[in-house]
Amino acid sequence: MSEQKSSVLSSLEAVKYLFRKPKTIKYPFELKEPALRYRGFHLNDWDACTGCGNCEDICPNDAIEMVEVPDLEDRPAEGMTNRRPQINYGRCCFCGLCVDICPAGSLSLSRDYLHIHFNTDTFTFVPKDEKSAENKFLPEEEYSVLKANLNHRRQDYEGFSQDLDFSLFEPERVRMPQVPPEERKLSFIEQVVGYTKEEASREAARCMECGLCEDACPAGLNIVDYVGAIYEDDPDESLREIFEDNPLPAICGRICMKHCEEACSLGKQGEPVAIRWLKRWTADVIEDYKSSLELSPAEDKEKRVGIIGAGPSGLSLAYFLRLKGYGVTVFDSLPGPGGAVRIGPPKYRLPLEAVEKDAGYIASLGVKFRYLTRVGKDVSFTELRDNYDAVYMAVGNFDPLSTGIENADRAHLALDFLKRNKIGEGIDVGREIIVIGGGNVAMDAAREALRLQHIQYSDKDVMTKTVSLEDWDEMPATDEEVEEAKEEGIQFNPAWGPKKIELDEEGNVRGLLCTKVKSVFDEDGRFNPSFHEDREKLLEGDMVIEAIGQKPDFSFIPEETFQKLSFTERRKVKVDEDGMTTLPGVFAGGDIVNSNLDAVTAIADAKVASEGIDRYLFPSS
Amino acid sequence: MEILRQRDTGPTTRELELYFGPQHLGMVGNFSITLNVKGDRIVSAEANPGYLHRGFEKLMEERNWIQNFPLVCRVNVIEPGSMEMVYSMAVEDLAGIEVPERGEYIRCIYLELSRVASHLFGLWAYSKMLGFETVGGWAMYHRDLILDLFEELTGGRVYNIYIWPGGVRRDLPEGFIGRVKRTLHEIGGKVPDYNKTFFENRVFHERARGIGVVGKDEAKEMGGTGQVLRAAGQEYDIRKVDPYGVYDEVDWEVHTREEGDAYSRIMVIRDEMIESVHMVFKLLKDIPDGPAYNKVPNPFKWRIPEGETYVRLESSRGELGLYLLSDGGQRPYRAHFRTPSYPHGLTVLEKALDGESISDTGNIMISLYVTAPEIDR
Repeated sequence: MSEQKSSVLSSLEAVKYLFRKPKTIKYPFELKEPALRYRGFHLNDWDACTGCGNCEDICPNDAIEMVEVPDLEDRPAEGMTNRRPQINYGRCCFCGLCVDICPAGSLSLSRDYLHIHFNTDTFTFVPKDEKSAENKFLPEEEYSVLKANLNHRRQDYEGFSQDLDFSLFEPERVRMPQVPPEERKLSFIEQVVGYTKEEASREAARCMECGLCEDACPAGLNIVDYVGAIYEDDPDESLREIFEDNPLPAICGRICMKHCEEACSLGKQGEPVAIRWLKRWTADVIEDYKSSLELSPAEDKEKRVGIIGAGPSGLSLAYFLRLKGYGVTVFDSLPGPGGAVRIGPPKYRLPLEAVEKDAGYIASLGVKFRYLTRVGKDVSFTELRDNYDAVYMAVGNFDPLSTGIENADRAHLALDFLKRNKIGEGIDVGREIIVIGGGNVAMDAAREALRLQHIQYSDKDVMTKTVSLEDWDEMPATDEEVEEAKEEGIQFNPAWGPKKIELDEEGNVRGLLCTKVKSVFDEDGRFNPSFHEDREKLLEGDMVIEAIGQKPDFSFIPEETFQKLSFTERRKVKVDEDGMTTLPGVFAGGDIVNSNLDAVTAIADAKVASEGIDRYLFPSS
Repeated sequence: MEILRQRDTGPTTRELELYFGPQHLGMVGNFSITLNVKGDRIVSAEANPGYLHRGFEKLMEERNWIQNFPLVCRVNVIEPGSMEMVYSMAVEDLAGIEVPERGEYIRCIYLELSRVASHLFGLWAYSKMLGFETVGGWAMYHRDLILDLFEELTGGRVYNIYIWPGGVRRDLPEGFIGRVKRTLHEIGGKVPDYNKTFFENRVFHERARGIGVVGKDEAKEMGGTGQVLRAAGQEYDIRKVDPYGVYDEVDWEVHTREEGDAYSRIMVIRDEMIESVHMVFKLLKDIPDGPAYNKVPNPFKWRIPEGETYVRLESSRGELGLYLLSDGGQRPYRAHFRTPSYPHGLTVLEKALDGESISDTGNIMISLYVTAPEIDR
């Protein structure tokens, strides 16, 4: 070891450095470039930022506060709020947790770190990025370090930014086990298997609790709380939270249009939390709602409400009103509860047991049901208004529309087709079926028809095809439905318009003549299809199902009363903020009122009407 | 130095009580020592901590498992890496999280670089204290080169906030390995200059040999670890005794000296720096591909099952431990750091100062590598 040769003179070795160039930088005339990952001041892409507030929640120093920006639009359906993070640089420690937790990926840190200002109030700052605040980010020649501050920054100076592999959230959802297409198309087995307890808990654990979903849900469910309760392994609590706003969890857990998932902040860069499947898990795991909920009706109010239609809206209103202490009777022409969800969604999507489970609980609270009773025939509308203190119309859209093309009378109507299969006597299908329509009902009809074909012609080749005016990108059916139909082998013919049902010499259906669609909507955006008349093709098939829409049937209302019922421009029943129509004491909700045409909006309408009826019957309280 | 009190102890010498620090040449950090001196000899010394108490352990009980991770590095300003590592190890142990192998390699590379940076900082303090301004300048410059690497790897120069439960926060940037090697070559090339100018310098030998001797048994008794123990001849290094990371997968050795004086401690630090540089080269050669991070649960919902753990690692100062207790909740129920400077700065220092000259107080304190923030947390 050289340490033995100790000498005082050995340090003179350092003298040689006198003649070398110094390493010290002459700051600020000579600047050192921060590293590419440098954690400096924040940048926030205002277009991508949802205002979810996760950054505010994760900040260990309370440096972030969400502030409302009045110029921005609140768009709850898309999961966008007008709140944006405001950073207090007196508190910020530049750890960057806010970047790693940002589900929209809008926050990042820049490589700027200098703020020269005489006023400490300027430490509080609402960050933007170069796109939204161009004039504050300067090119190198205009930038001066002597003027550097939060409003005098460098262009193209992004530093620490998000990496999904290292983020603090999980962009991918827990896979929902599903019956594979080859197997499920052979029977009516429920396609979605449902989460196990462990899977549900893992999926619920992804929720960041920002609550954007709750703003997007038409019925305003306490999603954060019921998902949280699943994570906490408390399904009873989860069910109680759901029942605050939605008494149909087994139904909605299967067929809800999940507006919440559209808004989920995790869906911005990854997949949203599977809120619908989680609700289904709660509904499925609890055998008996009654013992979990421990709800009972309030003291009898000695007022009676008649509800027309035992669909989602009617059932929900019955539940809300019964809990308030009203006597409730529900009338429906079908033999059981559910209305549209009883006959519409095929069994592989919504088994009848799920409908019976939800409705059964509502019946157990003391709601009276009168099935196979058609208002207007078995009991008159006027009688109903006389006998009940208030009436709620939730009759839905049950009058199917037809294309009206040549030989249209030879086609089956989708709703009748679905109804006969699900709760009726069944139907014999052809070997080559054509379904007209590109919406969800068309998908239901096609996929149901395919299953029937496989059952009825188990050893033969079968084929189901759909034809729709809309092209792939315009098709109204959800992507999920289209994808699943494709997986099952359904053939699509988008952008073809039906022209004529062709018959053979014996008068049997032999196909559908179609014309190529030029455009579906006109310049004003109205539905007004135009065709390439010269481009025709014949789709071969021995059975045609029309699934192009339905409209409501108000024939149960006597003519003179009907005159007094007002409609909106979109031909919806006009209701006030209490859900009351222009007929005093008559309330309405569901598909005849809203344009969403789904169960959860029907439930939302019922919630409004339940408050409205309460106010109507007890104005003082 | 201020004379606080005088006591008549006889006709020839008086015993004085002197306050050394917190603002004093030779005192690094917010710390002070009360010295009882007779002439220029120290009769007894009493360490006064408490200038830097920030209540971190209490604060940790208020923050969730992830929010704590930017906090713990602040316990020791000089060496944040080890603090992050010990916290992550404790959380991983309690929550049963596996760290991918690449993550462990990156952690060890980062920790060894951090050790070199910390030792260079110590060398700066020590050499400046002895009047070797030039060597201090070099050490600071070389530390800065490592901080440049940290900035590139982590986005921060000092508070790197890089090792977190589950692995590391980002993978190595492109071309990083080459730049690490280049920097280490540059520092390594300076070792002969350091040797000639400082480590072989007679002034250093005269000032450091036989000063502040802490024997092996004494050191053990007082809770001494790290250089304090190794300089006294005890081969004790947590990386060998209780290996973590991938320290058992690379070939390296523990450096010891026999004398237990300030000189031995500084020489152990020098040898360790060289060993760490060699180790980084080996780690860089063996680093596997693959992920560097296993995702931890959603921080807003993450609960860690009830349990307690004590994990330890070899920081640049000695054994750094963390006792972490979870009651099954979203935040620690109790966290307690076992920091090496605590025994070194309180009991070992008092002992080592006994009978030494006043002028060697800073010398001994820095050779023990005491940092005040570790004592007050």
